[in-house]
Parts: sequence; structure tokens; C-alpha cells
Amino acid sequence: MSEELLYWLAGDLRWSDFPPKADMIATIAALIVVAGAIGVVATLTIARRWRWLFDNWLSSLDHKKIGIMYMVLAFVMLLRAVIEAVLMRIQQALSVNAQGVVSADHFAQLFSTHGTIMIFFVAMPFISGLINYVMPLQIGARDLTFPFMNAVGLWLSAAGAAILMASLVIGEFSTGGWSGYPPFTELAYSPGEGVDYWIWAVTLSSIGTTLTGINFATTIYKERCEGMHLFRMPLFCWTSLCTAILMIFAMPPLTVATALLALDRYAGFHFFTNGAGGNMMNYANLFWLFGHPEVYILILPAFGVWSEVISTFSGKRLYGYASMVFAVMCIAVLSFTVWLHHFFTMGQSTNVNAVFGIATMLIGIPTGVKVYDWLLTMYRGRIRLTAPMLFAMTFLLCFVIGGLTGIILANPPVDFQVHNSLFLVAHFHNMLIPGTLFGMIAGYMFWFPKAFGFRLDERWGRIAWACWSGGFLAAFMPLYWLGLMGMMRRTAISFEAAYQPWLNAAWAGAALIVCGIVALGIQLVVSVRRRSDLAVPVGDPWDGHSLEWWTPAPPPEYNFARRPRIEDTEAFTNAKRDGRAYHAPPSYEDIEVPRNTLIPAGIGAAGFVCAFALSWHIWWAALLGLAAMWAGVVLRSLQGDTERVIPAAEVQRQNEAWLDCARQTAPVTRFAEVERINRGRAMETT
Amino acid sequence: MSIETCTNADCSGSGHGLLSPAGLIAQIQQDHLIQTVLIVSVVIVPVFIALPLLLWRYRLARQNVYSPEWRFAWAPEFVIWGVPVVIVGFLGFSLWHTLHRIDPYRPLGTGTEPPLHVQVVGLDWKFLFIYPGEGIASVNELVVPAGRQIAFDITADGPMMSFIVPRLGGQIYAMAGMRTKLHLIADAPGSYRGLNTQYNGQNFARQKFELKAVGPDEYRQWVRSSRNGPALDMARYAALAKPSVIDRPLRFGRVEDGLFGSIVAAYHTADRQPGDRLSSAGDTHR
Repeated sequence: MSEELLYWLAGDLRWSDFPPKADMIATIAALIVVAGAIGVVATLTIARRWRWLFDNWLSSLDHKKIGIMYMVLAFVMLLRAVIEAVLMRIQQALSVNAQGVVSADHFAQLFSTHGTIMIFFVAMPFISGLINYVMPLQIGARDLTFPFMNAVGLWLSAAGAAILMASLVIGEFSTGGWSGYPPFTELAYSPGEGVDYWIWAVTLSSIGTTLTGINFATTIYKERCEGMHLFRMPLFCWTSLCTAILMIFAMPPLTVATALLALDRYAGFHFFTNGAGGNMMNYANLFWLFGHPEVYILILPAFGVWSEVISTFSGKRLYGYASMVFAVMCIAVLSFTVWLHHFFTMGQSTNVNAVFGIATMLIGIPTGVKVYDWLLTMYRGRIRLTAPMLFAMTFLLCFVIGGLTGIILANPPVDFQVHNSLFLVAHFHNMLIPGTLFGMIAGYMFWFPKAFGFRLDERWGRIAWACWSGGFLAAFMPLYWLGLMGMMRRTAISFEAAYQPWLNAAWAGAALIVCGIVALGIQLVVSVRRRSDLAVPVGDPWDGHSLEWWTPAPPPEYNFARRPRIEDTEAFTNAKRDGRAYHAPPSYEDIEVPRNTLIPAGIGAAGFVCAFALSWHIWWAALLGLAAMWAGVVLRSLQGDTERVIPAAEVQRQNEAWLDCARQTAPVTRFAEVERINRGRAMETT
Repeated sequence: MSIETCTNADCSGSGHGLLSPAGLIAQIQQDHLIQTVLIVSVVIVPVFIALPLLLWRYRLARQNVYSPEWRFAWAPEFVIWGVPVVIVGFLGFSLWHTLHRIDPYRPLGTGTEPPLHVQVVGLDWKFLFIYPGEGIASVNELVVPAGRQIAFDITADGPMMSFIVPRLGGQIYAMAGMRTKLHLIADAPGSYRGLNTQYNGQNFARQKFELKAVGPDEYRQWVRSSRNGPALDMARYAALAKPSVIDRPLRFGRVEDGLFGSIVAAYHTADRQPGDRLSSAGDTHR
């Protein structure tokens, strides 16, 4: 076959891009991905679950199922990214004046995929998933405003994640880090498919996230039930709203930045090249115009979770609700005014640096207020140290340390020294692990009984907490010190013997974090096995305050038999107190829910084909993928009959079955909330 | 940097980076770090005290006072907003003041001697130092007189890099076609590690150099002996600029006139292709 024909058919893709790879560890990783994929397909086939998977999950537009699928995506990607983190820790611990176990180039791919995955394909899906599941229930809605668009967002994110997985098997990934700074990521320094994989994976995710943000904001503005004024929403909804607004305004700069970089690489433009008038400073500004609000996109939903968890397990109203809302809004607005602190060292004037440094420290004020609001929420409460609450305590203690180092980094005089160092790495992991990730784990444990109808095993939850907390401290506190000693990030080898003990501690911490993940896995398996012991069909195991607890566990696809009408933030608490929580509504109505459709999954699949083909310059397939994506959108707009009616009689039957169950269930006090007798009907205890 | 064994004192990190400043700038940076930690402690230490206390006093089993509906009071509200506002005001003032003292573009107000000018070119994966006053150049070895401030002009001929000597101060980016500035001083003779902190390819971790601060006589002697080195003309520069790791420092006795300026200017001429370096002839990066 001639070279030209081969290029026309397969672009730059050749057999040599497939495994085995030059590096043994890379080959093993590729084989694990392939084996995993084959394993999933085989299991589904043997268990005859394909139809079930398509009918119940892949084609669903139900916000709750989409939320759960987001979380599954996040957990799968978390597994990969943590393994990469451990490999990097091993490499750095073994490469003080030595070679270590992976090549420098492989190490660079590891930190690039680790960062990209953790931000775009672990934290973001976790957040989108949790908001998807919880927020509509909390505001008494039946679904998001745009269920179809919601599914498109999910499948675009999944397509981006699939690109990351494909890059592990076919070809190589970018070595330019999660931020992809040009000019290093330009063709002159990074030829090959790696940066293109990064560009298209991130682009798919950023488009999906923009759509999701629009959907969340619209839902909160338009779908609240009667009486749910903005200032009666649970705090999680407020943080979801702020996150949604940040998504809408922060994701487009990223999409633009990656699109311009793509034009440089594909079409010979010079936006960020060294020569011909390009200027990488523009990229730095665009990227962090996204990148800094992104940090708050990641942390704000966790603030919402902490507010719910701490107030519920303290048996109290949230202290300073209005103050908290004001603080969150301050953080959201200020987050757009500080992006320059990511490059104090780029040579701009001292006054500019000073202004952005002070603006950054201003964010510390509302954030500090929130910490004290949580402490005051615990004051004069009835505190139970359940697993989610334990995570909350680790969060509070670690988060103030992260706040301190954040203030330190906001000071250009010190930032000049620790920029690009492990001090910075320690700081953002300090915010993202106890802040975001622990928040997501706590949220998962807190709302799991709602989603699946049974509680998670408490003992393994506590073991997971101990491993995660200890592991985090051991892995990242030494990095602060190493950063002050002058050890820089992204170094595959180092030459200072004094680093060794600290790197060893960090490695041990990473190992402990792996134990934490294993414990979470065991917790899930144990809980599924004991699900009848742990069942909470009535749906309110923790004496919850907000509307999501006022539904069966798991809730029906239409959420509420009759949409509630509320008169206070803690409507459910009041209803329980007045003894009218489980009364039947006067009448029932037909309910419309969206019909299932496979078009969103199809759009995601086409997006994957397009992105993969673009990375390898297979132009015909890229065009085909793009055309198929648009065809999916057009096809949907031609569909007339997209809703399905659940008759009032059926709603009544289901709702009365639940109410009967609730009435027959013995209420439990908080003393027994992790005992077997907790069937989900919590009773107020004084 | 030679291979050292890690004694107890050494492993603690003393003698490294910001923990052990050896120049005015790094000293100010360390002082500022310590001051910031102390001020911020006012708001974070109470959290460490209050949290265990709250957990103990209000645990369910203890059946202490319970006020489930208590949700707001003005007194704590003033404190939790007021104290951080005051502290950030204080920190902001101190930030402004310190930052202007160590503005990397401003000459330090120390000593009577004029600063020593050094031009730094970040290359894959080494640093070229040009001494315009002395007409010499070196690679991966920066010898300077102790106690005399150094005024750096910095650029890169390659992807972006970042220039730092942790025990003295810095850092600032080195970018192709651009010129950044930095002023540092070494208070006492000694050998200090300098490095690139911005990832720029597979040998990034090997892009480091030694800054040697020496007495005035020793410095003059070093300059004199350097003059014996080969000339750094355009051809030799082109070879040097190709991606490589230089294990042992190089010295050049003469430097082509205006080399630094032409390295910066090269990225501004219209006929340059994107990503070209001066040494573009057929090199590959990876």
C-alpha cells in the first residue's frame, strides 16, 4: 500500500503505536486497560445484562441515573489516577541520585494524565454527579430543566475520559502537564499525538461542563417548588448555583484556549508560538481565567456537602445561613479577579502583582468565615461521629492548613520562591483532597442510602476515613517541607540526598491512600451483601432537614408523588415535628417524564470518534464523527413525542405503598442510627 | 552538586532553599514567610482548639445543652467577619511593602559598587551566562563576587523556563523573544544551587547549575582564566543551543557582540518559522 493511501486511511496511526510499548510499565498499563475492557464486555455478556444496561442506564434521561453514572465514571478514573500518583511517588523516592523505575518521558506523561484525569475526569464528574442527583430533589423538582442536554453533557465527559484511556493503549499522551503550557505544547517541541489527545479530551469535557452548568443554573432558577424562595434553599443548592455560574463563565475561556492551541498545531497559526508574533502569555491568561474559577467550581459543591453533613450530624440548623450564602457568593465573584496569581513570576509590574496578591487574600475572608460558621453549627448540637462526619472533621483541620499555605502563596515575595515547587503541589492537593475529594466521599456516604435504599457499612467507612486522613497527611505534609527546601514539581530525578526521608514519607502516605480506596471498595461490597440488614426504605436514615429525605429510598423516577409546598428552609424537619411527614396528599395527578433515548450516548460515541481521529489526523473519520454528532442533535429536534405519562393511579399506588411502609416502621433515635433497626424513619431526639 | 550522605542535620532541610537564605532577597522572603504564618495563626489556631472541644462537649452521649434552632447571633458574626478583615488588611499592607522592596526589576539599594550585569539564556537543558562587561560567557556555572549585587537580563531560546537560585532569591520566567529582569545578591562566599523550575522536556530535572560566590580577587582571577576559553561565535552558539545536557561547565573567552540581543530579536523577525530557534537546523526535541 502506498504511503499516501495509508495516510488517507489511517492518518499517522501505525502498528507501532499499539502495544507492546518501549517501556515495560507502560505495556502492563495498556494490557490492564485492554483486559479491563474485555472483562466488562464478557461479564455483561455472560450475565446477559446488555439489554438491562441499555434500557435502564445508557439511554436514561433521569437526573438521578445520570448522577450515578457520573459518579461511576469518577470512581473508575480515580482508580487510574491514584495508581499513577503512587507510581510517581515511587519514582521520586527511588530517584534521588539514581534512575528510578520509569523514564523521564514516561514520568512526564504520568503527571500530565494524573492532573488532567483528576481535574476533568474525577473531580468534575463527581461534582456534576452529586449535584445532578441531589439538587433537583432538594428544590422539589422532577428533573433538571433540560434532561436531554444533561445526558449529552455526561456522554461528552465520558468520551473525553475514553480518550484518556485510549491514550494509554494507543500512542502516547502529552508531556505538557494538565495546564498544557505552550510553547512547549506547540508542534516545534511536542510533535506527535500526545498534546492532541490532551486538547480534544479537555475540549470534550469543557463543552460538556458548559452545557451542564447552564442546565444547573436554569434548573435552580426555574424549577423550585412552591414556597422555595432562593433564601429557603438548602446551602448545597446555593453552592451548586454558584458552581453552575462559574461553569458557564469559566469554561468558555478554556475551550477558546484549547481551540487556539489546536489552530496553532493543525493549521499553522501563531497564537502561542515563540516566533511570528505568537505570545504564550496570552495562553497563560486565558487558561487561568478558566483555571482559577475552576478551583472554586471544585470546592464550592464540597462546601455545600459539608454544610449538610455538619448540620445533620450535629442535629442542628446551619449557623449563619445568610452569612454562608453571602460568603459563597463573595467567593464566586472574587474567583474571577485573581487568576494572575498563577504567574506572579512572568515579569509584570510590581503593582499588578500586589493588587492580585491582595485580591487573592481577600478570598480568605469569606472562606475563613465559613469554617467558623461550621464550628458554630456544632456548638450546642448533638454530634455523632459517623463516617461522613469524620471526613468533615479531617476537612476542617486540614483545610485551615491549606488556607494558611494559600495565603502564603498569595504573597508574591514568597511565591517567587515556591512557585513551581512541591510547596505549591502540597497546597493544591491540600485543598483538593480534604476539600473536594473528602467532600465527595462524604456526600457519597451521606446520600448513598437515598440513592440505593440501604446504608453503607459504618465500620469500613471509618477504616476508609482513617486510611485517607493518615495517608493524606503523610503524603502531602512532607511536600510542603520539600518545596521550602527547593525541590521542584515534575522532576523525574533529583540530586539532593536530604530529600530522601521526606520522599519516603510521601510514598508511604500514597500507599496508605491506596488502602483507603481499597477500604471504600470493600465497604461497597460488604454493604451490597448486607443490603437487607442495612435497608432504609422509608428514606430518612439521618434525621435529614431538606426535601430529598422526604422521598422513598430510592426515590421514584418522578421524585415526588406531589411536588411539595414549603414554608421554611427546614420544611421536612417541621413536618416531622408536627407529625404530618407521612400523610397522604389529598389527590394525585398524571406525571410526565422524559422517554429514554440513546441519542446522547450516540453523540458521545461520535465525539470520541471525532476526537480520536483528529488526534491521529484521520480526516475522514473526524469529519464522520463531527457529522454524526450534529446528526444526533438534528434527529432529536425532529422527535415530537419525547415524554411518557405515568398515570395518577400508578403514582398513587407507589406513594401509598411507601407511606404504609413508613407508618409501619418503628422510628429510631439518633443513638441507633448506625444500628440495624434504622430502617430510614428517623425520630427527633433531644 | 556532589552526592552527599544524609546526616541528621542535613535531612532536616537546613542548608536548603528558603530554609537557609544566603542573600538579602531570600532573607526578606523568609522573614515575610514567617511573619505571614504568625499573623494567620491568629485565625487558624482557634480552630485547632475549638474543634476537639466542641466534639467533646457536644457529643451525643454527653447530653449537654442542646439548642437545635439556634442559628444566628450578631456578636460572633462581628468577630468572624471582623477579625479576618483586619488580618487581611494587615497582610495586604505588609505584602505591598515587602513586594516593593524586592521588586525583581529594581536594583537593590545596597553597597556602592555598580551591579554586575549577567545575561542569562535558558536553553534546552542548560543555562548560558554572558558577562557583557567582561566579554566572557559560561554554561551551567555562574561565578560572581560575593557581596556585589547581580543584575540579570533573562531570556530563553526554546520553550518557557524559569530561573531561580533558591538560597539567594528569584524566580522569574525565561521566555523566548522576551527579556525579564532579576536582581540578586550573595551575602557571603559559597556555592549555591540554581535551576530551571518550569518543565521543558525530558531532561528538565538535569537543567541546573552552580552559582559560586567568591571574593573579589578570586573573581578577577576566574575572569582572567576564562579569557583563555574558546570564542562563542554564532556557529558555536548554534551548536550549544541544540537540546543537550552539559555535564561539566563550559567557559568562553570571547562572546560575539550583541549575542543576547540577537537571540531575543530573532523571534521578532518576520521570516522566522514558529518554534524555530537560532539553531533550527534539523534538531529534534524529544
